[in-house]
Amino acid sequence: MSTLTSDLAQELETGRTHPSSRPQRRGQRRIRSRLGKAAMYVLLVVLLAVVLLPFIWMLSSSFKHDNQVLTVPIQWIPREFVWSNYQNIWTQVPMAGYLMNSAILAVVITFLQVLTGSFAAYGFSKVRFPGRDALFLTYIATIAVPWQAYMIPQYMMMQKAGLTNTFLALILLQAFGAFGVFLMRQYYMTIPDELNEAARIDGLSDYGIWARIILPLSKPALASLALLTFVNTWNDYMGPFIYLSSNELWTVQIGLRSFIGQYSAQYAMIMAGSVISIVPILVIFLAGQRYFISGIATSGMKG
Amino acid sequence: MTTITERRDSAAPPSGAPARRTASRRMRRRSILVGWSFILPNFLGFALFTLIPVIAAFVLAFMHWDAYNPPTWAGFSNFVRLFGDDNFHVALSNTLLFALGHVPLTLAISLGLALLLNQKLRGIAFFRVAIFFPYITSLVAIAIVWNMLFDPTSGPINQFLHLIGIANPPGWTASTAWSLPAVIITAVWRDMGYYMVLFLAGLQAIPQEYYEAASVDGAGRWRQFWNVTLPSLRPTTFLVLVLLSVSSFKVFDLIFVMTQGGPGRATLVLSQLIYQDGIINGQFGYSSAISLVLFVIVLIVTVFQFRIQQRRER
Repeated sequence: MSTLTSDLAQELETGRTHPSSRPQRRGQRRIRSRLGKAAMYVLLVVLLAVVLLPFIWMLSSSFKHDNQVLTVPIQWIPREFVWSNYQNIWTQVPMAGYLMNSAILAVVITFLQVLTGSFAAYGFSKVRFPGRDALFLTYIATIAVPWQAYMIPQYMMMQKAGLTNTFLALILLQAFGAFGVFLMRQYYMTIPDELNEAARIDGLSDYGIWARIILPLSKPALASLALLTFVNTWNDYMGPFIYLSSNELWTVQIGLRSFIGQYSAQYAMIMAGSVISIVPILVIFLAGQRYFISGIATSGMKG
Repeated sequence: MTTITERRDSAAPPSGAPARRTASRRMRRRSILVGWSFILPNFLGFALFTLIPVIAAFVLAFMHWDAYNPPTWAGFSNFVRLFGDDNFHVALSNTLLFALGHVPLTLAISLGLALLLNQKLRGIAFFRVAIFFPYITSLVAIAIVWNMLFDPTSGPINQFLHLIGIANPPGWTASTAWSLPAVIITAVWRDMGYYMVLFLAGLQAIPQEYYEAASVDGAGRWRQFWNVTLPSLRPTTFLVLVLLSVSSFKVFDLIFVMTQGGPGRATLVLSQLIYQDGIINGQFGYSSAISLVLFVIVLIVTVFQFRIQQRRER
């Protein structure tokens, strides 16, 4: 499975597919296949345009005046480029603060999730002790329970502890997810146990093996988990919405949502804010798309 | 935990020299200690903030517990109250309708995309990555932009519908009849890239020899699709179906940001009702009963699909 997913990931990156061993045909057929290829590209480009249309529209609208956003007929390219939306948004709403809050939450939660997740995954895959598998099953079982089903007890706990309207509530709720343990364990299971035994003979303790051997070997899985967690936290709406009530703690998502409520007619600036909220995700995604896709393929296929 | 381990220890076969036995017992105790030391940092957080709330949710569902009165045992009365709750009926039927639209559409489109993008063409990777992108884009941005695309009078979607000769295009998120289809379309657009990735992984696991054998037997592309691709994809399709249905029944934030359950209650779903009754109105017990219903629905759907899958494999 891991070879398959890494194949897929590599392939998604390079666009190579397994060489097909079908017989090559010549002459007319080649011309026809070239035509077919061209038609395929046209089809793909049209498809891509349709799928990405909302983004194109968002970007184009963010450079318009408010009254030019919803016009008949649609202007796909703004008549004049209005850069002021991207300047004014920082003063009209505390956008920089929102971005900062989102970044803090995403970094802290991702760090804790990756650290404790990979640490626990070692215990679940490389150390044998009674009760281990039953415990792991408990982890899996909670993945199957919809989050909405236990959001009320979580909220009651946080209220009792006086942690509502703090970052700590969100960090505690999201940093110890079962998903991270699951994803990392699936990867560690593919690392042969002989490595552990060899390292133990060389005098390494389990902690040493985790730090010096398993962690370096599992870089792709760590990257998958880190990227998925970061993006999930960055995009999370319900968590901050339920727990964070003061404006200075709001994340980009909450800030953007309230911005629509306050300035519902400032379409262009709303679009500029949306673009700003997506840019970090786009950068991270482009840098690590391979890991996103292999992470999804691994957790999905093995779940 | 310790009781289990001790019982197992004492139940170990009494063979071997006593010295070796104590040595192995010491080894075992060490591995328990080492194992738990790895798991503990995560487990503490997991137990406190996931496991205990999960268990508490089940207990709460059978209690009268709100923000103002002391908690008392309720038996099944929360569930009896659900039967008469008009909001619950609306939310349940909206959730089912959403799933009914979202699951088959996403399944078909993501499979189609995977088939189309599973070719050897230069630059195909770019297309795959681009189609996957909506899935990881910030939800609020998606909700905002689609709300504007769906604008009844001057939104691009209705302009397009006008253009192709539809005189009275729907009011989408502004109308009770069309707001649910509008959120379904948005959800399908957002999710299709994710399931496409799963289907692509499934497609690439099909051995090329199957296709060679089929084409030697004279099977055309269409026949190959029905007789090779679809049967080989069955495990993937099943997985996608389970994940997709579960995510459909849990739908919350996308709808909540797009329509806030409106207009009226036209897009009110179970998750939002749990949030409203529990967190806004402080009816902890009652809203936990709703969440238990949601959980049971998800469970039934999953088990049902497992059954069908097993029957097919027989």
